[in-house]
Amino acid sequence: MNAHVSADPYVLSHLEVLESEAVHVFREVAGEFERPVLLFSGGKDSIVMLHLALKAFAPAMPPFGLLHVDTGHNFPEVMAYRDRVVAGLGLRLHVASVQEAIDAGRVRERPDGTRNPLQTVPLLEAIGAHRFDAVFGGGRRDEEKARAKERVFSLRDEFGGWDPRRQRPELWQLYNGRHAPGEHVRVFPLSNFTELDVWQYIAREKIELPSIYFAHEREVFARDGMWLAPGGWGGPREGESVVRRQVRYRTVGDMSCTGAVDSTAATVAEVIAEITASRLTERGASRADDRLSEAAMEDRKREGYF
Amino acid sequence: MTVTTSVTDTATSLLRFATAGSVDDGKSTLVGRLLHDSKSVLTDQLEAVAHASRDRGTGAPDLALLTDGLRAEREQGITIDVAYRYFATPRRRFILADTPGHVQYTRNMVTGASTARTAVVLVDARNGVVEQTRRHLAVAALLRVPYVLLAVNKMDLVGYTEAVFAAMAAEFTAYARELGVCQVTAVPVSALAGDNVVTPSAHMDWYGGPTVLEYLETVPVVTDPAAEPARFPVQYTIRPQTTTHPDYRGYAGRIASGVLRVGEPVTVLPSGRTSTIAAIDALGHSADIAWAPQSIILHLADDLDVSRGDLITPTTDTPHLTQDVEATVCHLADRPLLPGARVLLKHTTRTVRAFVKDISSRLTLEDLSQHPKPGRLNANDIGRVTLRTAEPLALDPYATSRHTGSFLLIDPTDGTTLAGGVAE
Repeated sequence: MNAHVSADPYVLSHLEVLESEAVHVFREVAGEFERPVLLFSGGKDSIVMLHLALKAFAPAMPPFGLLHVDTGHNFPEVMAYRDRVVAGLGLRLHVASVQEAIDAGRVRERPDGTRNPLQTVPLLEAIGAHRFDAVFGGGRRDEEKARAKERVFSLRDEFGGWDPRRQRPELWQLYNGRHAPGEHVRVFPLSNFTELDVWQYIAREKIELPSIYFAHEREVFARDGMWLAPGGWGGPREGESVVRRQVRYRTVGDMSCTGAVDSTAATVAEVIAEITASRLTERGASRADDRLSEAAMEDRKREGYF
Repeated sequence: MTVTTSVTDTATSLLRFATAGSVDDGKSTLVGRLLHDSKSVLTDQLEAVAHASRDRGTGAPDLALLTDGLRAEREQGITIDVAYRYFATPRRRFILADTPGHVQYTRNMVTGASTARTAVVLVDARNGVVEQTRRHLAVAALLRVPYVLLAVNKMDLVGYTEAVFAAMAAEFTAYARELGVCQVTAVPVSALAGDNVVTPSAHMDWYGGPTVLEYLETVPVVTDPAAEPARFPVQYTIRPQTTTHPDYRGYAGRIASGVLRVGEPVTVLPSGRTSTIAAIDALGHSADIAWAPQSIILHLADDLDVSRGDLITPTTDTPHLTQDVEATVCHLADRPLLPGARVLLKHTTRTVRAFVKDISSRLTLEDLSQHPKPGRLNANDIGRVTLRTAEPLALDPYATSRHTGSFLLIDPTDGTTLAGGVAE
């Protein structure tokens, strides 16, 4: 506790309140749904979400497994982290593969090589095949304008679509998870966390992250004002030259659309100091997929994206 | 408490507040100004706004564009839905439920106000307290938002005149008192020019009160849990049944109100069985005491049959069990609510079957008059209803507890949320 907080014995810090609410959301889903699953990419938000899920049910294991929608263009450090965590906890991991969907002709590769928007089809296929009725996602309302209007419990029709005009009002903290067969509910336990809250929570809980979240030397090339990592996904193109720079990642997604930022932050505390001083949002700084149009996220959500 | 590091010294308090007002009052501009002047808007967001403003042919960046999220809203220049916004100052973290003000969106204001500690109600200094203002205040009163701030906006258009502001503040405060809202503060602002939103105004020396942001930074964020009855709705039973925890049996939930202590005698409702609190697990460490809104696991001394939907309370202070619910509801769905309707009622972690016995009156928010026997409630109507439930509910009056006095009505056929209700 610090000078900002009054001496009142019943005060909770903002992190304690956010943590308690996220735990409450996990337990509500466990109590009301048959087949939940947690989307896990090995990115910081899904790592924090898993940490909260473990806390919500300890000393028992969470009553659900993990689902990774694998674009095939992953950072090796993140894949290694994912496999280590899953093995260490003994959790069940389902993988829905974008590459398989492309190979089978269900999805077509885009000319720009970006696979993030292609995740929707394998995600919906996996939800249908496993009959998942609740899908935990790490989405936060502070990330983007369309997400600011998202519910904690977000009903999706049998096409996985999100209709902003059909959303259920969400009052108090009474979550309505009822849905028809074939429909499912996306649940966002981190709805009210900001990027800074997530990092502060990582610090408070001493949560281990993949190394690429911290400053490291890497070969990168510039595209659309971001540092992208070369790889089999289609970069660099002709005229894009590779340089070695000290960078870190603020978000971790598909390699083709996740940019690194110049950084010397090697510890969680240094990352927090950098975020506090940064004048760019995390998606604005490092996600090409949100720059496609003013309504990019809204359109992808309507089609069934996270 | 967990071990603190230097980073967690930034731990701070959290305030949830709601705004009410319409596009015409300059609500989006006020919110945009609050975010902009508190340095919560980052370069790329500002660039996007400047770019969009240029596309629309407006001159200066339109701060309202910071908050209009959906394509339909941008095209029509309106706000359709509740949007949640986040900002922070060194003193506090804020979650803003930004709600549209027009009459057809009463349900959105109800949604935003349901979790708010503070409501910011906007009026246009040229128009004063209008019907819509009275409706916003009535919603805040119905949902028992503890603190209300009146922001008299567009003071620049009335020459920053003290008398204009004073008259509106007096009228608003008198109406608030009628509704039972005691904690009212009024601030004269110009969201467009930035007066008294974050920065004190250079044009209104006659005003000595806080800016909107100063008010939000200092309004009390918590009620004293010790002053409320303890209520613990059971969410989930934790039974690992592992070799390390063969006999572990704990009840997981979030304390809805009040304080729980190890050793305290408790009653489980609706069964009425009694036990004592044997232990409390507070997310990874054991505790002798826990309070709202902590999520915990509770262990009882006796092996009772307890499951999701039960309510654990101190034996000395149990709520009344009832199957006849008298309540005020705000109807949220497009299809009307009719007497005789079969519904599901969700109260805390318990969902029971119910039917609408009677709709005794519909409230006209503008003048607080009750229209008897309306026959139905349409979307955005607020009315008094009598419900009969298939099983007993441990319901508190909403005046005592926002958590154990509130409920949802749900359509059993398709899961639609029909109404939000507050028990009498």
